[in-house]
Amino acid sequence: MIEVNQLSVIFRNGRRPIHAVRDVSFDVADGETFGIVGESGSGKSTILKAVAGLVKSEMPSLKINGLAVGSKRSKADRRLMQYVFQDPYGSLHPRQTVDDMLREPLLIHGVEDIETKVSAALSDVGLLPQHRYRYPHQLSGGQRQRVAIARALILRPRILLLDEPTSALDVSIQAEILNLVSRLRQSYQLTSILVSHDLGVVAHLCNRIAIMQNGKLVELLGVDSLRQGKAKESYTQELIAASKGFTRAAG
Amino acid sequence: MSKPSLLEVEGLNVSFPGRGGTTRAVREVSFSLGRERLGIVGESGSGKSTTGRALLGLISRPGIVSARRMQFAGQDLLGMQDSDWQTLRGRHISMVMQDPKYSLNPVIKIGHQIQETYLLHYRGATEDARKRTLAMLEAVKIRDPDLVYHLYPHQLSGGMGQRVMIAMMLIAEPDLLIADEPTSALDVTVQNQVLRILDDLVTDRGMGLIFISHNLTIVSSFCDRVLVMYGGKIVEECMAVDLHKAKHPYTQALIKAAPSLEHKVSELSVVVRDPAWLA
Repeated sequence: MIEVNQLSVIFRNGRRPIHAVRDVSFDVADGETFGIVGESGSGKSTILKAVAGLVKSEMPSLKINGLAVGSKRSKADRRLMQYVFQDPYGSLHPRQTVDDMLREPLLIHGVEDIETKVSAALSDVGLLPQHRYRYPHQLSGGQRQRVAIARALILRPRILLLDEPTSALDVSIQAEILNLVSRLRQSYQLTSILVSHDLGVVAHLCNRIAIMQNGKLVELLGVDSLRQGKAKESYTQELIAASKGFTRAAG
Repeated sequence: MSKPSLLEVEGLNVSFPGRGGTTRAVREVSFSLGRERLGIVGESGSGKSTTGRALLGLISRPGIVSARRMQFAGQDLLGMQDSDWQTLRGRHISMVMQDPKYSLNPVIKIGHQIQETYLLHYRGATEDARKRTLAMLEAVKIRDPDLVYHLYPHQLSGGMGQRVMIAMMLIAEPDLLIADEPTSALDVTVQNQVLRILDDLVTDRGMGLIFISHNLTIVSSFCDRVLVMYGGKIVEECMAVDLHKAKHPYTQALIKAAPSLEHKVSELSVVVRDPAWLA
């Protein structure tokens, strides 16, 4: 479904060019959920943005659904792929109601039957009809992230890109959102890429996981080897150990 | 516990009157703290940070703080004047806030911010303050203290900023440190370095530590004792190592809601809230 070949992203604003992503290749099969894990600054979100065409990348080839896509994306390309951002407080327009926000993508893409689509999208993500005319500040963090997911899915994309969708939320709310994502990717038959710094979250949702460090893909491993701690690279081992909590003995 | 207690709190209440009625942010909270690591966990809005702030007299009007007893090292914290707080805060009780980006002054050099605390409480010579500051930066494992001394906050990474904040709080050698989500903004590997610094301070200097966090994994592996807060109340108190054996349904639900690397589940369990928990 997605083939990323030797992706590099270089930011050139400033004296020194910054290599955010260096030579990363992976592919995501149809219906698969692919995870990308790493610390801040490792380039994990930048990969996602490059796949979505939100940053300029130096990429010999990116194939989506078997077709090569360039830096210019057509409307159809964009419709195929939708994005859910990290911060539900920042990614929703503060002066638009939920209804406005869900309506907009449908209007842009000239979809008919807006009325039923909006109410179906709301109930799909577990929001009630009374939430439809509210503004973001009248919603809780979990509800906002549900709106962001509804907005992403309203165009019925094939691919869903999730950038730390739950890191701004409490564990209890995170559980609700992760269950929602997991249910929706089945009913919508989604192929998705999930970026997170939380190994637990990634292991819960993903089939295969890429570990990133300093813009490089350090290791690619299946969820079972991750769970069993069968990582080959020492950095991955270090991440696994760190995610299990504080250890007093180690120096 | 046989350790002499540093802090005793009995029946602490914090409420904020508002248009829609009074919000009771902290309800009847009682605990005592020795020279140990006490964790306070809970979701956002559970009153954990408000509890920490109340201990430092940082609840500003219209917030109302009341307690039957609130004592720090034998000293009564209730009814203290502003000037009393001035000598206590920073010198005896300090607080490390969550985000170094918002808590450091962006236009003052790191070194000057740290030594200000020292000069205020000890009235020493500037040269001494400088030496102490460099020693503190070294104590929090900053590789090149001389360099960092002359930097501004925006030139630091998140992990370094957090360590600078800890250095700033520790220069006056407080007896009690309240750390409010000190590692939440940090990457897991850096997180452990910061925890190790705090851990050494408790072990070596006998400081008391209140560690406020929403992360159950960290709290259970780092602290000695844990208080679990829900809706402003302490719903459970237990030893940190026994957190997985927690009895209260809320604590159990929180533990189960977190996806774990070891246990595979097809669906995460969701916290079902019982109004009786707040009764």
